[in-house]
Amino acid sequence: MKRLEAGSELDGFRIGACLHAGGMAHIYEVTYADERPAPFDMVMKVPRMTAGDGAENIVGFEVEHQILQVLHGTHVPRFVAAGDLVNLPYLVMEHVQGQTLQQVLDAHTHHRTRAEVTDIARLGASIARAAHSLHQQNTCHLDIKPANVLLHPDGHAVLLDFGLSCHAHYPDLLAEELRKAVGSPAWIAPEQVVGVRGDPRSDIFAIGVMLYELATGELPFGNPQTDGGMRQRLWMDPTPPRRLRDELPEWLQEVVLRCLEPEAAKRYPSAAHLAFDLEHPEQVKVTKRGKQLEGTPFFTHFKRWLKAAGMHYQPSPLPSQQIDEVPIVMVAVPHHEASDATLYSLRQSVSRSLGLRPGARLAVVTVISPNLSSTSEHDKSETTLHRQYRTMLQQWAQPLDLDDHQTSYHVLEATDVAHAIVRYAEGNNVSIIVMGAATHGLQMQRFVATVPIKVAMDAPCTVILVKSSLPFEHLNS
Amino acid sequence: MKYALLSDIHSNLHALDACLAHAQAQGVERIALLGDLVSYGAFPAEVVARCQKLQQDGAIVLRGNHEELIQTHHINSANPNPSLGSQTAEWTHDQLSPAQRFWLEILPLTAQVDYMLLVHASADAPERWRYVEDERTAGLSLDAACAHPDVRYVFGGHVHHQSLYYRGTGRQLMAFKPTSGVPIPTPKHRQWIATIGSVGQPRDGNPRAMYAVFDSVAAKLTFHRVAYDHRAAARAVREAGLPDYFAQRLETGK
Repeated sequence: MKRLEAGSELDGFRIGACLHAGGMAHIYEVTYADERPAPFDMVMKVPRMTAGDGAENIVGFEVEHQILQVLHGTHVPRFVAAGDLVNLPYLVMEHVQGQTLQQVLDAHTHHRTRAEVTDIARLGASIARAAHSLHQQNTCHLDIKPANVLLHPDGHAVLLDFGLSCHAHYPDLLAEELRKAVGSPAWIAPEQVVGVRGDPRSDIFAIGVMLYELATGELPFGNPQTDGGMRQRLWMDPTPPRRLRDELPEWLQEVVLRCLEPEAAKRYPSAAHLAFDLEHPEQVKVTKRGKQLEGTPFFTHFKRWLKAAGMHYQPSPLPSQQIDEVPIVMVAVPHHEASDATLYSLRQSVSRSLGLRPGARLAVVTVISPNLSSTSEHDKSETTLHRQYRTMLQQWAQPLDLDDHQTSYHVLEATDVAHAIVRYAEGNNVSIIVMGAATHGLQMQRFVATVPIKVAMDAPCTVILVKSSLPFEHLNS
Repeated sequence: MKYALLSDIHSNLHALDACLAHAQAQGVERIALLGDLVSYGAFPAEVVARCQKLQQDGAIVLRGNHEELIQTHHINSANPNPSLGSQTAEWTHDQLSPAQRFWLEILPLTAQVDYMLLVHASADAPERWRYVEDERTAGLSLDAACAHPDVRYVFGGHVHHQSLYYRGTGRQLMAFKPTSGVPIPTPKHRQWIATIGSVGQPRDGNPRAMYAVFDSVAAKLTFHRVAYDHRAAARAVREAGLPDYFAQRLETGK
């Protein structure tokens, strides 16, 4: 479509300045032509295509046209209107404020600086949360790259450009029987290279590439221009980031390289797990992957190269189903006045919840009162207290079989216990909360809403309320 | 215009009524019955009467292979051990009045309306009842139908499964398994072919009735699964003295 004049009118919208003239589309600021106020700033995206074009960017526009209309939440631009695809193709959506991750990276390049570790973790967690929100809606973005990540001033990330995305409830218009690679060469995941479209872990790979860029200023696999170049990532490990920048912590390298594992099954099983690690660096379990400074040996690469030669397309299950199978399970453990029976029953319930779900992650949490700590007495200093409680939690979890489950321990300080538990669950995309049915304030039950009831009512997820039962009692009778 | 597409009712009055009520709640404006109204189930005469009424009110009604099967007698001296299918065909024949059988016999094989070609089986040879069961057979049907410039959609039944086939970026058709209740954008500039499943005898392990709604203005196709009293329908099959196998199929959806 030819470029629109500023001030002209299209389907009820007044065209403003052209913000972007890309290879695929023009983006204009727009307002309602009838002067009615809009609840937020709007932009119109108009593809460059004409009716006779058969190129991929037209399909891309059609895909975005289809998917943007059904996505919701703060991590995507809000949809306003769409024109008829054949006669008047356009999309009007929210004009989200903020800068792209590309602009952040460019500024670092320009000033010859590197992002601070805390900033990398913060940005990475925001982007992972945005990706998780899409996956929960059965959509894989499949083209996450710095230019498509917008950082809102309040800290959350918004994902843009759904032209290569895949919604599991709709026919994938970009699929074809030959299963060609569709994506941006620098960020594309290995399975996308062999034509798999629809695995949420492909987005985790792309986030890993961006974390690598932020940390080192380099692309882990370069920017290949050929199919063969792209296939390298099916078997190749990138240079360990700490080899390029030695002050990077081991935990960050662990996180980045886990995202970049050639086999999707070895990456984080969901973006919520990734966000969790980036937000709790002290809890990341560092393995050889995080410590290594040498590149992967030739022979290991050779073996993987042989294996990769046979890699081919396999369909993936629904994204939401796939991430449902690897939930973050949170258990709220009481730290005082808890009977053995309570602690035992909680452990049994957690064990059952995890047993059904290999790959699920466990967060063991206790909430203490802020009054407990004191700045004057050493024994009651915040760090000492937290360490004490954390040790208590670790002891509680000891009998659990946690080989297959990443586990972390958290001491929260709050006066409102229920509120603290719900906030924690919301902030970390927890899927299941396990807590005692009557461990918090049983005596008060008749007068106020007790903690378990408040949590059950306000929690964003499933809550399992555990009744105490101790097998020994039966043995004694 | 919103169309309800129903096929393979197979004398299942309970399922038909449940789907019609569901369709009405969706704001459907026109009904299309894509053949195989009879056989297997316990209410052939009632179902045919219902369909005749729908036709008078503007519904499209097509002929399926079972409308032919029930016309002739199958059990005779030349066929001493009739199959289960022949037994129900025979029974169905006897339940229908000659006027009803005549009405079934003269139903059309296809209908073309609003960029759709409606057909019971495959559009490339409607009278041969070929199955549209994979990308290749879907391609044959779609190519034949789209030889007409005003056809973009082919909707049929016959296979008792819900599937949508479309053209991706490659040459061959791609198969897609729909999720029930989700409106799928099916813009008119592409070509689409769908099998809409069976109202009266689902065979995918889920006893719920299948049908679909096509909104020709919004260009969206929604596949539906509708719960109905399938135990009552199965009971009626047994009470009619029909082979138990057909009652079990309704109970298990297999």
